Amino acid sequence: MIASETVQENARVPSAAESLSPERIAYLENLVSQARTAAAIFTQFTQEDVDRIVKAMVLAGLEQAQHLARLAVEETRLGVMEDKVIKNMVASEFVYDYVKDKRTVGIIREFPERNLMEIAEPIGVLFSITPITNPTSTVLFKCIVAIKTRNAVIFGPHPKAWRCCAEAVKIMYETAVKHGAPEGVFSCLESPTIPDNAYLMRHKDVAMIDATGGPGAVKAAYSSGKPALGVGPGNTPVYLEKSADLNGAVVDIIISKTFDNGTICASEQTVVIDDEIYDQVLKKFADLGAHICNEKETKLLERTVIDPQTGFMQPMAVGQKATDIARFIGLAVKPNTKLLVAPIRGVGREHPLSVEKLFPVLAVYRANSVAEALKVCVDVNHAGGIGHTAVVFSRNDEVIRKFGEVINAGRIIVNSPGAIGALGAVYNDLVPTFSFGCGTGGGNSTTDNVNIYHYLNIKRLARRTQNHMWFRVPNQIYFNMNAVENVRQFPSRSTVIVTNPALEQMGHVDIVRRNLAPETKVHVSVIPDAEPEVKVILQGVEELNFYKADQIIALGGGSVIDAAKIMKLKYESPEADLEELAAPFLDLRKRVIQFPTEKKNRARLIAIATTSGTGSEVTPFAVLTDKASGRKVTLADYSLTPDIAIVDPQFVMSMPKGLTADTGIDCLTHALEAGVSNYASPYTDSNAMQAIRLAFKYLPIAYEHPRDEEARSMMHNAACIAAMAFSNASVGVNHALAHAFGARFGVAHGRANALMLPHVIAYNAAVPTKFMPSPYTQGYVSHKKYATVADLLGLGGQTVEEKVEKLIAAISQLLDQLGVPRSIAELGISKEDFERAMPDLVQAAFNDPSWRSNPRMPLMNEMVELFWKAYEGRGAAKLVGMTEQQAM
Amino acid sequence: MAMIAMPLNMDEKRFALTLREAGAKLDGADGAAILDFSSVRRVDSNALRALEEFAQIAGDKGVKVVLRGVNIDVYKVLKLVKLTRLLSFEYCTAQLPRT
Repeated sequence: MIASETVQENARVPSAAESLSPERIAYLENLVSQARTAAAIFTQFTQEDVDRIVKAMVLAGLEQAQHLARLAVEETRLGVMEDKVIKNMVASEFVYDYVKDKRTVGIIREFPERNLMEIAEPIGVLFSITPITNPTSTVLFKCIVAIKTRNAVIFGPHPKAWRCCAEAVKIMYETAVKHGAPEGVFSCLESPTIPDNAYLMRHKDVAMIDATGGPGAVKAAYSSGKPALGVGPGNTPVYLEKSADLNGAVVDIIISKTFDNGTICASEQTVVIDDEIYDQVLKKFADLGAHICNEKETKLLERTVIDPQTGFMQPMAVGQKATDIARFIGLAVKPNTKLLVAPIRGVGREHPLSVEKLFPVLAVYRANSVAEALKVCVDVNHAGGIGHTAVVFSRNDEVIRKFGEVINAGRIIVNSPGAIGALGAVYNDLVPTFSFGCGTGGGNSTTDNVNIYHYLNIKRLARRTQNHMWFRVPNQIYFNMNAVENVRQFPSRSTVIVTNPALEQMGHVDIVRRNLAPETKVHVSVIPDAEPEVKVILQGVEELNFYKADQIIALGGGSVIDAAKIMKLKYESPEADLEELAAPFLDLRKRVIQFPTEKKNRARLIAIATTSGTGSEVTPFAVLTDKASGRKVTLADYSLTPDIAIVDPQFVMSMPKGLTADTGIDCLTHALEAGVSNYASPYTDSNAMQAIRLAFKYLPIAYEHPRDEEARSMMHNAACIAAMAFSNASVGVNHALAHAFGARFGVAHGRANALMLPHVIAYNAAVPTKFMPSPYTQGYVSHKKYATVADLLGLGGQTVEEKVEKLIAAISQLLDQLGVPRSIAELGISKEDFERAMPDLVQAAFNDPSWRSNPRMPLMNEMVELFWKAYEGRGAAKLVGMTEQQAM
Repeated sequence: MAMIAMPLNMDEKRFALTLREAGAKLDGADGAAILDFSSVRRVDSNALRALEEFAQIAGDKGVKVVLRGVNIDVYKVLKLVKLTRLLSFEYCTAQLPRT
């Protein structure tokens, strides 16, 4: 029995007031200087260099395992020599087995599918505190890990174990240097003191502290202001559940709790045993060499091996044999007793043996139920063992999982010995270590088994990822005159045609009806000619339910088709919450709210467009108005896209001139905004460009000669093609401004777009005040894309700037041709009214999601400027801020 | 202006010897000692010690020490041991890893 040795001695929080002699400071400075130089030189080493050195060190560690174990026991008078040999060998061989093929230099891991790679950067100089309980094995472990990661280490061993540690460091150092490691890579404090630790912990050239020790050492490390790995004490609860293999469990516990006389902090402390097996388990312990204490003996243990003042274990018992402890406290046991088993009735200060005991004394508790057992384990866990280690013996997977959920421990060992199990790589696939991270519960930054990756700064090299994009449109699009005939090919028992009164009166419904298959029962749902309201939608859904519709034909402009999309959604998925589905999002693939996929009913949606503008027949959008709240809700999801689109010009031949102009400008704006959108792709570009070409050519003709079949047909196609572009590339700030302005002053959408369009092109073509982050685009290209449009239209111009200016002029000319107002002032809105409305307009425009794909991030003051330019109108669209380089 | 150019290689003894000889030649005149590092792939503690001593001698004599063609890995070592503040660098080289 040793005299009152102090496990906690090394654990005092160093005080800044504690002084060192100049000679001692010079000694410490020299160690740091050497280590710093070594760490710097080490950065030049290759993986092959360090692997060669590590292998040599491991062989030296194995060769010297017995020598070092003997020194450790002689110096510390703790533990079992034979077990310490095993520890030294595990620290060498098992750690080597784990690290040998791992890359720790240069690129250490690659994730090509994520365009990521990890590159190792050494930490530099580490100051490492090692414990009295596992002195040489911890040194061997840390030396191997340090060399593998190209770091230098200054060891601060426990004062009562410094000689054996110094010898272990010397063996590792000499072997490492012999095989090429830089001089000064390891050193070990001679006659270490707490002021030494304090000095080194705060030294500017010490990059990290790795403190394996008691709570004081860990706290000191974390308080030093340096990055620290700190691992501390445990208090391992064990649940021995009734389904467990009892023979195996008892042997495992004895192996673990007597290994090195219980000095491993992951060893079992309190075993909670189910009532049904309690007596049987205790008998097995006794049969295998444990002494089961009676109540009086337990009281004796409580008084002697636990400090009544602090409630912690008495250092004199640490690492001693069970028989020596018994002899010392006057407890009569058989000579071959391995373990003292003490029944306890609770956890806490009133039950002193429920704390950590780094010696072969094991508390046991009889539990009457799983719930009680788990509760007591949680209590033990929280009595000084949070984050460390816990053990469960059971064949019941549910019990094991529940134990894992309720216990806060970095290592939860199942059906194996706690101490050796926690070390890793022997009984399980945990990473081998001699440093157990205890998480925040233990004041640590990690719950891991500390190993090579904790000794590295891991840098992530993240290459730009080309995100997947998409091009999604209806399965089938039928176009040109009489394309409506194609509805016949779709079988339906019950079809509901959603339309508005005007279209019904014009005979459009009859045209559709005539083309449906003869066996189809047709019902017509006439809705008001306005943006759909919730009430209208719900009435429509009732009709769909009543007729058990298997096909919906939306015949109309944007409002009717939008209404039909939402009716279909609510018909198929009645639980769909429209408000919730309208939640804002930035990226379609990452949106929080998902549209329903489970369908109660199923109906095909055929959209037949009767205007040439919105393109709603192919888009995934639908706008809904809630009159009660006065809110407008935009739904966006590809599940809203109609199944079939019919683009038949016979339904637009009678469109009035004003509507032709407004919807045609809407189509042109869709195409121009999709063309420069941050989500533009070659797929959307081809559609956008074609739509622009068609609109420029045919919109004036369709406007002037409404019965021109070719012009009507091409404008109808242009609207659909532009919609395919913006369905996948989205729109931009023009739409955000137009939505806000149109809603506030009751101006038709196309007309509102027209008022903004020239100004927005000039704005987007200039150097942005603020670029919009976008992983989809490389560089700023809007001005060049506008120039490409100008080329496509044959507008002429030599430089990009000239081409953009010509495009703006051509659009202005087109707008004039269409007779649309060219300024907000022309609409009769007074300057005062407009000024008063400005804060609301800007707020509404900024809240509009349309601009999120705009190539230039619109600042609020820029929106104000754009609104005023639109107010002023003609002549205000001037290209400013384009650089010389841009203009080339 | 005193201009001394000297090739160095990885031979530790020669590295230190060359610097010691060069140190003795520094006559205190204003100028620069240009050390050609283009063949230096790695430095060890002896080389660092010799370089630091040379830089100090040169500094005392008002001679600027210029390293030419320093490998970026060696430059990083000099940075880590804080020797770069005593030296000037004409240009660095980098051996790119083969991909």
